[in-house]
Amino acid sequence: MSSIVEGFGRAFSLILHLDAELLGIILLSLKVSGTALIVATLIGLPLGAFLGFRTLPLKGFIISLLNTFMGLPPVVVGLFIYLLLSRSGPFGFMALLYTPAAMIIAQTILAFPIVSSLSHSAIVAVDPIIKQASMTLGATPFQVSLTIIREARYGIMAGIIAAFGRVMAEVGAILIVGGNIAGFTRVMTTTIALETDKGNFELALALGIILLAISLAINSALHLIQKKGSAGIKR
Amino acid sequence: MNLRLTATHISKSYNGNRVLDDCSFSFDRSGTYALMGPNGCGKSTFLRICALLEEPDAGEINYLSQGHPANKDIRLRRRTTLVLPRVGVFNTTVFRNVAYGLTIRGIRRKEREERVMKVLHFVGLDEKRDQGALTLSSGETQRLGLARALVIEPEILFLDEPTASVDRKNTEIIEDIIMRMKKGGRSTVIITTHDRLQAERLADFLLVIKEGNISADRSPLSF
Ligand SMILES: Nc1ncnc2c1ncn2[C@@H]1O[C@H](COP(=O)(O)OP(=O)(O)OP(=O)(O)O)[C@@H](O)[C@H]1O
Ligand SMILES: [Mg+2]
Repeated sequence: MSSIVEGFGRAFSLILHLDAELLGIILLSLKVSGTALIVATLIGLPLGAFLGFRTLPLKGFIISLLNTFMGLPPVVVGLFIYLLLSRSGPFGFMALLYTPAAMIIAQTILAFPIVSSLSHSAIVAVDPIIKQASMTLGATPFQVSLTIIREARYGIMAGIIAAFGRVMAEVGAILIVGGNIAGFTRVMTTTIALETDKGNFELALALGIILLAISLAINSALHLIQKKGSAGIKR
Repeated sequence: MNLRLTATHISKSYNGNRVLDDCSFSFDRSGTYALMGPNGCGKSTFLRICALLEEPDAGEINYLSQGHPANKDIRLRRRTTLVLPRVGVFNTTVFRNVAYGLTIRGIRRKEREERVMKVLHFVGLDEKRDQGALTLSSGETQRLGLARALVIEPEILFLDEPTASVDRKNTEIIEDIIMRMKKGGRSTVIITTHDRLQAERLADFLLVIKEGNISADRSPLSF
């Protein structure tokens, strides 16, 4: 019991005297997950919008697929990317395995179904009257689409933030394709796993606390956005 | 009048139920037209078809611009506008709602600002410019719908029940806006209403839709 208390004490002192190595780990986490999120949004939002605006064959199936992929186990994604990027795999020549780029690819795959599926739900939930109103005011079809996306912005942001929460907390995929190389591909979650294994609890705890703090910040932002989005819903 | 609207032999059915049946009318003169008829007779449908938001099953809508047939493209659509009975407010400020039609037409910020402020003043919403538009009362929302349409200075303005679900006071305000617009008078206004007295107050021409057909109202005036 006292060792846990001591552990926390030393963890806090580590956080307070944030050294370069620890800071590097935190920044890499944010960089990898942030980049993955941007790429996932650039792909996922247009796809979600496209599914929302068009009537396509197999649309229902694609949406079910996306919803299923929202819950993809990170280790499975890690394994899949590993096979693609490993030296004997189809993309082995690019030498991406065990680099931050590989980690970004894996997390993009984890994040994009969430962004896409939640954007889609938010877009189809926009009152059809918005489309009519923008048409009556002289919008081109493209401007109509942009207007609908803008109306769905709170739901879309909620999707992006949910995806960010998922990739920040994930360890399975990033460990397999990144390899947890110190100073190169070592991020918060993989460090926690490693240091715990080594019995080095203070560092693991310190990172755990920081991860929790980031997660809390993300969820507060999500809550704020949802509150703002539901303010004055009466048309 | 620069822009003239003619509907010829318009038919429209929904799920096999014929709403408009060989319906023809030519809006030859500028002024205000009031379109009346019982619930479900097809007034809104007729307006949507005239405003080129919906295709008829048969028949044609034609616009003459300075006597020449106009292509039914976005340029023509931008010379008319329809205010829906449920306005369809965008989730942003009153100002941005009103500016919408100007923004999508690529009108510069300074001109946009001047025109929006002028229209907000015209409908009595100048104090509300920075308020979230979704928080407006229903009377104010209806006026917002009018402002959003007026700011683009349409040559033909369709108003679908602008005073439905609005109290007496706001009805008076809205009628006053329409009357002042008439005095400003370049545009043709086509308005649907249930209120016969309102139609008589506002309109130069009374029309009714009956059994899918539109005709000039010949029933005796009710006062
Ligand atoms: N999109 C649609 N799908 C199916 N039926 C429709 C659709 N739009 C209108 N209708 C039907 O067409 C008929 C005419 O509707 P419309 O809205 O034009 O009537 P209205 O004269 O405007 O009535 P009100 O005075 O109640 O506004 C109604 O029976 C309505 O149910
Ligand atoms: Mg109607």
